Amino acid sequence: MSPPLLQVEGLTKHFPVTTAVFPRRQIGWVKAVDGIDFAVDPGETLGVIGESGCGKTTTSKLILLQEVPTAGAIRFDGEDISNLAGPGLMRYRREVQVVFQDPYSSLSPRMRVGEIIAEPLQIHTDLSRAEQQERVAEVLDLVGLRPEVAALFPHEFSGGQRQRIAIARALVTNTRLIILDEPVSALDVSIRAQIMNQLEELQARLGVSYIFIGHDLATVAHISHRIAVMYLGEIVEMAEALELCDSPLHPYTQALFTAALPAHPDDKREKLTISGEVPSALSPPSGCRFHPRCPKAMARCATEAPERKAVAPGHSVACHLY
Amino acid sequence: MAVVDEQTRAIVIGAPPPGAAGARHRRVHFTRDLPLLPLAILVPFVLLAVFAGAIAPYDPTEPIPGAKIFEPPFWMQNANSLAPLGTDFQGRDVLSRLIFGARVSLIVGVMGTIVAGSIGTILGIVSGYLGGWVDQAIMRVTDAWLALPALVFAIFLATMVGPSMWNIIIILGLVYWTRYARVIRGEVLSLREREFVKLAEIAGASSTRVILRHILPNVLNSAMVLASLTIGVVIIAEASLSFLGVGVPAPEPAWGSMLADGRSMLMVGAWWLTVFPGLCIMMVVLATQLIGDWLRIRLDPQLRNL
Amino acid sequence: MPPLLQVTNLETHYVSFGGARVVKAVDDVSFTVNEGETLGIVGESGCGKTTTCLSIVGLLPPASRIVGGHIEFGGKDLVHLSQGEMRHIRGAQIAMILQDPMASLNPLFSIYWQVAEPAYYHRALRGRSLRERVRELLNAVRIPSPAMRMREYPHQMSGGMRQRIVGAIALAGGPRLIIADEPTTNLDVTIQAQYLDLLKELQHETGVAVIFVTHNLGIVARMCDKLAVMYAGKIVESGSVRELFDSAQHPYTKALLGSMPKLGSKQKLLAIPGQPPDLATLPPGCAFHPRCSEAMPRCSLEEPGEVRIGGEWRARCWRAEPQYGQSAKAIDVAAAVAS
Repeated sequence: MSPPLLQVEGLTKHFPVTTAVFPRRQIGWVKAVDGIDFAVDPGETLGVIGESGCGKTTTSKLILLQEVPTAGAIRFDGEDISNLAGPGLMRYRREVQVVFQDPYSSLSPRMRVGEIIAEPLQIHTDLSRAEQQERVAEVLDLVGLRPEVAALFPHEFSGGQRQRIAIARALVTNTRLIILDEPVSALDVSIRAQIMNQLEELQARLGVSYIFIGHDLATVAHISHRIAVMYLGEIVEMAEALELCDSPLHPYTQALFTAALPAHPDDKREKLTISGEVPSALSPPSGCRFHPRCPKAMARCATEAPERKAVAPGHSVACHLY
Repeated sequence: MAVVDEQTRAIVIGAPPPGAAGARHRRVHFTRDLPLLPLAILVPFVLLAVFAGAIAPYDPTEPIPGAKIFEPPFWMQNANSLAPLGTDFQGRDVLSRLIFGARVSLIVGVMGTIVAGSIGTILGIVSGYLGGWVDQAIMRVTDAWLALPALVFAIFLATMVGPSMWNIIIILGLVYWTRYARVIRGEVLSLREREFVKLAEIAGASSTRVILRHILPNVLNSAMVLASLTIGVVIIAEASLSFLGVGVPAPEPAWGSMLADGRSMLMVGAWWLTVFPGLCIMMVVLATQLIGDWLRIRLDPQLRNL
Repeated sequence: MPPLLQVTNLETHYVSFGGARVVKAVDDVSFTVNEGETLGIVGESGCGKTTTCLSIVGLLPPASRIVGGHIEFGGKDLVHLSQGEMRHIRGAQIAMILQDPMASLNPLFSIYWQVAEPAYYHRALRGRSLRERVRELLNAVRIPSPAMRMREYPHQMSGGMRQRIVGAIALAGGPRLIIADEPTTNLDVTIQAQYLDLLKELQHETGVAVIFVTHNLGIVARMCDKLAVMYAGKIVESGSVRELFDSAQHPYTKALLGSMPKLGSKQKLLAIPGQPPDLATLPPGCAFHPRCSEAMPRCSLEEPGEVRIGGEWRARCWRAEPQYGQSAKAIDVAAAVAS
């Protein structure tokens, strides 16, 4: 078994909340991410699904070294990334990239597309200009764009094309892991399928791994091999995609499925099992964080936080029901 | 219009049509769009300033041979045809002094703005991007600087280092950089959060690289608009300094010192010594302000196409 | 019973660059909404669905105008009404719900005043009866402790609650038609589900008709009775939801249906090549033909007219004409969609 590409253990990030006026006193913590564990293997896609406040954005920032963890470790190729510096850090930056949701603000408006894509090459390698252009043409072809587009500016492209450019840029330095943060949510429906298919094809060809963050179950389930369901800073369930769709175990996951929109007007609609809204991460509920909204809550759930444990091969859940 | 979202807007309002129809549209659009009035004012002044030596009929620092002092402008009685706009208290030709004065005003205005803009933009970018104590330090300096009354400060510096054109340029640059720093810093603060900047950082770009390739090109628009609006202010400041006697030294003509000299001459009725330089200052400053306003609208992609 | 809203041959154009560029944002659009019905208008960016709605309520942006057609509502043609007359209709008879609740709510006014405003102006309620009405409305949209919430301000509420407030404002004037333009796009999945359930209940209770503008066919499947699919300013297919979901005739409709990922299926998604067209430079013939998997030579020459397939089911496609029938590719597409 090859070791995982990325391994996250007990990752925690608490943001201090202070009073606004001098003297600054701390009045609490926002527990954005609270002890999560997962791993991503080479060539696989891990889907992360959850609603606002679940911690998925903070997790991606932690992996991208934009935030420093309060506790826990992130290991890439076995090495703890918080110790990285100098060439080790540059290597990490080269091999881990991100594609954001909004195609209209992720490309530098005053740079030509070719320059935008070549930038990581300029930072990490000393390829000559001609060699850079060659590589840029290569990745443009990989994402289905003609090499001539390198001379144009971003505003001349549509949303879907811009996302392709963003993906090309993410791939240009032989990246091994790309974090995709809602990459198709801002795109037209007819373009989404194009980009999804393109992403799957790229993975098959290049063996790159993805962490696909999304809010639409069907989309995430389609592209992911495994899915992690997050709620209020914790992973409440993790399983292979098809297995999760077949038998969601955690009540929150089940609620997500009942809330999902049907594909046909006659699709059987189960009654929504959830009410209310996600509580604030400033003072999460005691015990199991989901218990106030859980239709199957027991007395135990208010006092004891459940550990996530495996209930079937490759399927783990954090719930007292199991 | 928040109701029509950005994507739809891009598709519907979109780009001008390519090809022949587009070329015709682009030509029409360009000429209709130029700020004709301010350019009609400014271009002649610029030409006068550049070709002063060739255009001005007389040496501005010497009295005209064959003319008396206080000759009135040509449409009045007793005018001397040698001096169409009259002569001053030393018998020097007002017209030639105006023409050479344009050179001083425009050079000081433009160069002073460039100095102010450079200092302010650099500090604004550094302050906005690096944040933290660097930002605090620079902003406190800016606040303190702003608390000083600009002209008084300029006068103080001028009397310290002595008047000469280059000293004035640097002094005015040192006085007026603060508005740049503030505005540019604000823009950088919001730019810093834009995704393409974050992407560059995630890709491993150094701060220098991010500033030069991503931040700077995107603040240039604001910097240019601010510059065009500042030129007027600097010209007036220079005129004020000259008026107070600490600007460009005599006998080099400057509109401000012409105003100063002419002020006491109003008693004897020689109004043309103050009115003409005053009019020149007013027209040039008005023209630069109008161009600044045109630039602001032109460079804002949202407003441009409606 | 006469229809509540009847739009006939509506045309709305955007003019920019001083006349050099004319965009037919809404081109010959016709549809009907009966009392209590839910119509879904589906399409992507730039297809004209939002402009259609703005045309109905008379809130078009400065660069655009209605240049033709009729909008019959309550016995009047809205196209010919003045702004003053439209003000009596907006809020009172036709209400709108927009996508971003934070942009729809005024941060400076309390919830009470914002919900009360339509009732104040259109129903002339005052004092105690006004307060009662506001409480009624907040209860209707399931806001807990309405008396307390009334005094609060938009920034104190979550996104889901704000969108419910927007719903309450829409209902306050007692409208007969609500136009909802992508009201759930910014909401979380479970909040969206709650909101849609609420909307359905309110429709049952008040009998209000709804036009749902969205790009999400899942919402249409859940909420709508009828559906109109728009592309490049025209309605390319319209009919009952079942008719279209079961056997859509227009290739664009089929492609939209096929491009939705289905839960639990890893089958490759049907991607439509190319991108939505630039409305100012549409290709000759059918606007969709460059991207159409079933295009024939005729499609690039002549614009298809509306073909009546049955009842209210219509499609603008040469393939829908009986003499052409479906191509071999279409059979594959249909199979992919059905699976």
